[in-house]
Amino acid sequence: MTDMTAAKPAVRVETPFQRFRAEFFESRIATAALIVFSSIVVLALLAPWITPQNPYDLGQVDVLDGRLPPGSEAFAGYTMWLGSDGSGRDLYSAILYGLRISLSVGVASGIIALAIGMMIGLIAAYMGGRIEAVIMRLVDLQLSFPASLVALMLVAILGKGVDKIILALVVAQWAYYARTVRGTALVERRKEYVEAAQCLGLSQTQVVFRHILPNCLAPLIVVGTVQTAHAISLEATLSFLGVGLPQTQPSLGVLIANGFEYLLSGRYWISVFPGLALLTTVMSINLVGDHLRDVLNPRLKK
Amino acid sequence: MSAVLEVNGLKTHFFTRAGVVKAVDGVDFSVSSGEIMGLVGESGSGKSITGFSILGLIDSPGRIVEGSVKFDGTEIADAREEALKQLRGNRIAMIFQDPMMTLNPVLRIDTQMIEAILAHEKIDRATARERCRDALGLVGIPSPEERLNAYPHQLSGGMRQRVAIAIAFLNRPRLIIADEPTTALDVTIQAQIIHEAQKLTRQTGTAMIWITHDLAVVAGLADRISVMYAGRIVEQGETDDVIDRPRHPYTVGLLGSVPSANKRGQRLYQIEGMTPNMLALPQGCAFAPRCTRASDECKTAPPIQKSGGSRIRCFHPFGEGGRA
Amino acid sequence: MSTFIIRRLLQAILVMALMSVIVFFGVNVIGDPVHMLVSPEADQAEIEAAIRRLGLDKPIWEQYLLFVKNAMQGDLGKSFIFGEPALKLIFHHMPATLELAFSALFLAVLIGIPLGLFAGLNPDSPISKGIMAGSIFGFSLPTFWVGLMLILVFSVELGWLPSTGRGETRSVLGFETSLATVDGLKHIILPALNLALLKISLAVRLTRAGVREAMGQDYVKFARAKGLSTNRIIFVHVLKNIMIPVVTVMGLELGSLIGFSVVTEKIFAWPGMGKLLIDAILQLDRPVVVAYLMIIVVFFVLINMIVDILYSILDPRVRLQDQGA
Repeated sequence: MTDMTAAKPAVRVETPFQRFRAEFFESRIATAALIVFSSIVVLALLAPWITPQNPYDLGQVDVLDGRLPPGSEAFAGYTMWLGSDGSGRDLYSAILYGLRISLSVGVASGIIALAIGMMIGLIAAYMGGRIEAVIMRLVDLQLSFPASLVALMLVAILGKGVDKIILALVVAQWAYYARTVRGTALVERRKEYVEAAQCLGLSQTQVVFRHILPNCLAPLIVVGTVQTAHAISLEATLSFLGVGLPQTQPSLGVLIANGFEYLLSGRYWISVFPGLALLTTVMSINLVGDHLRDVLNPRLKK
Repeated sequence: MSAVLEVNGLKTHFFTRAGVVKAVDGVDFSVSSGEIMGLVGESGSGKSITGFSILGLIDSPGRIVEGSVKFDGTEIADAREEALKQLRGNRIAMIFQDPMMTLNPVLRIDTQMIEAILAHEKIDRATARERCRDALGLVGIPSPEERLNAYPHQLSGGMRQRVAIAIAFLNRPRLIIADEPTTALDVTIQAQIIHEAQKLTRQTGTAMIWITHDLAVVAGLADRISVMYAGRIVEQGETDDVIDRPRHPYTVGLLGSVPSANKRGQRLYQIEGMTPNMLALPQGCAFAPRCTRASDECKTAPPIQKSGGSRIRCFHPFGEGGRA
Repeated sequence: MSTFIIRRLLQAILVMALMSVIVFFGVNVIGDPVHMLVSPEADQAEIEAAIRRLGLDKPIWEQYLLFVKNAMQGDLGKSFIFGEPALKLIFHHMPATLELAFSALFLAVLIGIPLGLFAGLNPDSPISKGIMAGSIFGFSLPTFWVGLMLILVFSVELGWLPSTGRGETRSVLGFETSLATVDGLKHIILPALNLALLKISLAVRLTRAGVREAMGQDYVKFARAKGLSTNRIIFVHVLKNIMIPVVTVMGLELGSLIGFSVVTEKIFAWPGMGKLLIDAILQLDRPVVVAYLMIIVVFFVLINMIVDILYSILDPRVRLQDQGA
């Protein structure tokens, strides 16, 4: 028997992060999605340097270039590979600039909602009693309504604008984070190491920030990615409905809405290309988030 | 007595991302009609996997890679799923560890019992239901008619395990595999269940494999005992031989760590070290790193040898009475 | 059971009172409707007459009390635009929305559950991986953009299906419905599919997760050890367990479908209350917005309650607790 004489390989010792990284990159789809998303972010950041036109600069936009099909040549001489929209903006440029707005709104609202939701969730888990009951009732109440409807109600009240839409998205999403953190914190708090830490005389805040919070990170990351994708999609929806961002700040949703009126006459590109950009962005985030959930979820571990 | 079940060289391995887990790695034993065999081992020793392997209930990434399982003389280790389905719950029944989990929470007791009969016999529901009621009575459940209409959560743990036992005996099987059936129960209820199971095997002539980690349980119940360690049977023999005259150092250690009245005041024996990592088993005897008697010889796998009335896998067995 | 329902009703009333405060005060902070409704050439007297007519000259809390008092009598104000009672407008548009939402829910269940079941039972099959990738696709596709693409493909390019309106309707049991005519059915296919897309994905994932979890449970292994047929294990043991969360979640999603139909109705010019809402928001027609939101709250409260009761019927464990209480 060969395996008796062959030297046993040493048992691999991996840090949790190394194992997480190895398991994450095991999925080719998730790896591809991460690469796609990173590229989108880079393209959006580099927009002013890699686009032929600044769609906000009225001096560069020529109305005579309006509604040109993909591949047409603009008056200024460059080729509009993706065509142009109704007011003569080069769609390729408009999409990259639009991505900047869509991404910033989504990420900003995601981070703020995460911070607020996390604090509220921790407070609920730690205070317990009446405070927890009131907070969780509020969370349950809000979660019984879909986030899209809450956001729609809020923009109906607040009006248009980047700050207002971020506020609406934050209010619509904080409860998801609060629920996640409270759930995890409650589970962690009952574990023995927390009792042990308390017995060692660590203060309440030390226990929360050093021991409980790091354990909430995994579910928070998963919820965070999915919610950010959702926020981007939601902003586009609201902008499409005409209650989100104004024409002066054309996010992808605004661009798609502008193309709607031309759709029935067969000028598909004005709505289709910004839509594909939106889809690719949201989908790549969701694919990453979905795989993160599988990797970070201990219940599915074998 | 003819053997109801003969297992020879059974190997069940799990092919995981981290490596191959040889959960069952060459197990031999047999059970005869009316006999109770205790299969003893720590958690992770492969005793439950052995039970599931017999029924062909090993899920991917695991599979039987080698060996033979003969039931009433017929080879079933490589049998087709349809043939195994005919055996399961009919000729070979199984009882699980946790009665809280084995009964489906959203189905009534009668549904779960009657289906077990109708899966194997074409009889009308009323007759089947009658048989279920009788079976419940047989395992000592009071007012069985009411219990039939109950949902699992309305019964206590002990009652549920009795229901599971009744289900196992429903089709008069030749063999019952009981996987730690009393571990999750209170000690008093545990005793009742053991009594019930013993009585039924004797009455019906059913063969039984009683899987447990608790030597004390099988000491009073089993006719023969097989002790498993890291996927292999290390000692096998008549209960009296194994309990009173253990040979293998692991068995000696196990027995030494059972508290009992005549050892009161003495220090309890404790087996040194940790249960082995199944992904990185030591070469040769898997118990060697924890064994006080291990030598260089133990780096090769010890063959099975006869010692007294028992069969053991050890180069340095204890002599009579567990002494060197 | 009755104490349970009474408790739920009290909760529902509390929720609605809370929402009425939030909604009313919130909505009344939006711009000044007077400028929207009175023509720019109107003189001061005309403007004041309009303010009085609409009750906008009173302090806001008095407006609210008036609103509550009127709401109790089923009067949620008159539309600034149409000059009709807001509730009447909403009830008039409601059947179209409900018809759309129920059709979408039906599609979601009909398509989503079988796909999820398959993916859960064969997690390693390439088809399952395709189904799961498709469900992520469905989750990521923005509803409004899918609507546009459906129109582009099936109406503009292929010309198979109409892109706007409800088509011919017929009265069934007192309700006007497009499900009863061929023309109506043609009109509802695209919007219903559009609205259902997210929920199909949800049903797939929910069913798959439930099946995967149930298949690992001891009771399934025990059922296999009893020698039951695969069909019996799947369709009785597994399905009965997973139907509890699936019915609960899909039931709750009906509310979200009604709410989300705003987008679909806008794209397909479906004459439901969602389109009424979005037009009202854009035109600052406050009474209609307030009435819509109040009606939606009532819907959600009702749906939550019905689903709770349904849940207790489906899950025997809940029933016992209720008897004990």
